Amino acid sequence: MSRRLRDLLGVVPFFVFVGVFLVIPTLVVAIGAFLGDDGRATLDNVTALADGYIVQAFVRSIVLSAVTAILGAVIGALLGYALVTAEPDSTVRRVVTSACGVLAQFGGVTLAFAFMATIGLSGFVTLFLRDSLGVDIFAGGVWLYDLPGLVLVYTYFQIPLMVIVFLPALDGIRPQWREATESLGGSTWYYWRRVAGPLLAPAFIGSTLLLFANAFSAYATAAALVSQGSPIVPLQIRSALTSEVLLGRENVGKAMALGMVVVVAVVMALYALLQRRTSRWLD
Amino acid sequence: MAGLVRRRARRQAVLRWVVVGVLSFVFLLPLFALLEFTTRGPGDTLTWDTWRLLVDWPALEETYPVLWTGMKASFWLVLLSVALTLVLLVPTVVWVRLRLPRLRRLVEFLCLLPLTIPAIVLVVGLAPVYAWVVYFVGGSSVTLFLAYTILALPFAYRAIDTGLSAIDVRTLAEAARSLGAGWLTVMWRVVLPNIRSAVLSAAFLTVALVLGEFTIASLLNRDNLQVAINQLGKSSATISFAVSLAALVLAFVLLYLLSFVGRRRRRERSVP
Repeated sequence: MSRRLRDLLGVVPFFVFVGVFLVIPTLVVAIGAFLGDDGRATLDNVTALADGYIVQAFVRSIVLSAVTAILGAVIGALLGYALVTAEPDSTVRRVVTSACGVLAQFGGVTLAFAFMATIGLSGFVTLFLRDSLGVDIFAGGVWLYDLPGLVLVYTYFQIPLMVIVFLPALDGIRPQWREATESLGGSTWYYWRRVAGPLLAPAFIGSTLLLFANAFSAYATAAALVSQGSPIVPLQIRSALTSEVLLGRENVGKAMALGMVVVVAVVMALYALLQRRTSRWLD
Repeated sequence: MAGLVRRRARRQAVLRWVVVGVLSFVFLLPLFALLEFTTRGPGDTLTWDTWRLLVDWPALEETYPVLWTGMKASFWLVLLSVALTLVLLVPTVVWVRLRLPRLRRLVEFLCLLPLTIPAIVLVVGLAPVYAWVVYFVGGSSVTLFLAYTILALPFAYRAIDTGLSAIDVRTLAEAARSLGAGWLTVMWRVVLPNIRSAVLSAAFLTVALVLGEFTIASLLNRDNLQVAINQLGKSSATISFAVSLAALVLAFVLLYLLSFVGRRRRRERSVP
């Protein structure tokens, strides 16, 4: 056996595993989206994406992701800036970044529960506001278990994610640049507008895109929180997977899944592009 | 100039405490609400019964068999996912760096691919694959560790790749080989000890990920911690709120410990 062949043998387990559990599932979705119930090629599933309820779900998903990405990016960047003014090894920074790691990635069901316990019908804050201040936050209907509730809970996990992904860029800003601006007579406003701002902009936009993809892909929070209907795409896919599907529409779920991949892939490609721009001065 | 710098440092400290303070309040409020909810006794009293039950495992198993099953499944899932992730990834990444540098881009692409494929999408494609898994090894929830390893790939890969970039693997391996070490010895006694903290952080991230995973388990109709919590949330909210808070705190402790591992690594490197 040649040496080259023997070298290749070393990576066979990895490629076999990834092939079976990642590549095949991806192909199942990509190909299944173009197959009818009888196994023949068709465009019916993809054209079904133009149906009113699916278009609406995509629009809601995109709006939800965009709104929470922007809110999360702005607030998260502010928190990130507050953190970089502290020493890198300080306790406050360590505690906050660990907490951000947990809240950003771990969330899901727990966060849905946390918000039910906070502003659910018998939630801590709901009761406090009602009994002590006479304010009924659900006077206009219970909004927690619908889209407005999703905006709130999603923002709660987007802010920590922003801190994590934006912190490296903020760390790359050298205090000397500010000193240089000042010694040349630039004001604080001038420094942010002409020096730090333009340097951080690609990283900021890139991080916002990542947040968008994150919210767009999220499922657990919505599944645990939304009790009625399927307002967003991941929940539509759930109902396509779990409920009795209409005849001839078995693969519409796959078409929706493919639609999600396309959206996320476009966003992530833009993210990678901006990331490359940032890494030029980061190291 | 010095006065200006000092004044700014003071202003930044004020800003830091205001921002961190306000956001900490906002972020801790829902978690505090979870705690308050789980300690709410009849008629405005405080009770720790739920938390006492949580540490009394035989009683817990008896009262909430669903939860117990889920916890057990998640325990095994954590162990097996970490084991498979490390066994699969560490040798492959090292081997590719040493012998097959041309495959590096492909391996990286495959490892980062799950980032662009949402779990909800992956589960659609995994359903038929799992039909085969059931056919060969049965339908136990523990088989989910195969899918979880895929979910963990991007995070574990980044951690290990960063660790390997910090050392000169090729020289180390060549030195060991020229002294007569076999490849197993090179891996186990030369490379691994040098990337210990990277491996540890890959493992920790995998643990946190598996503990929090809901999407795939739920849609493939398997049991794990999060599925059980969600299921119980409808009938006995108190216990499931308590368990989810406990799991969240556990994940926080893991990541907090991880931040110390990272620091030690940096300090080691800064010594000339």
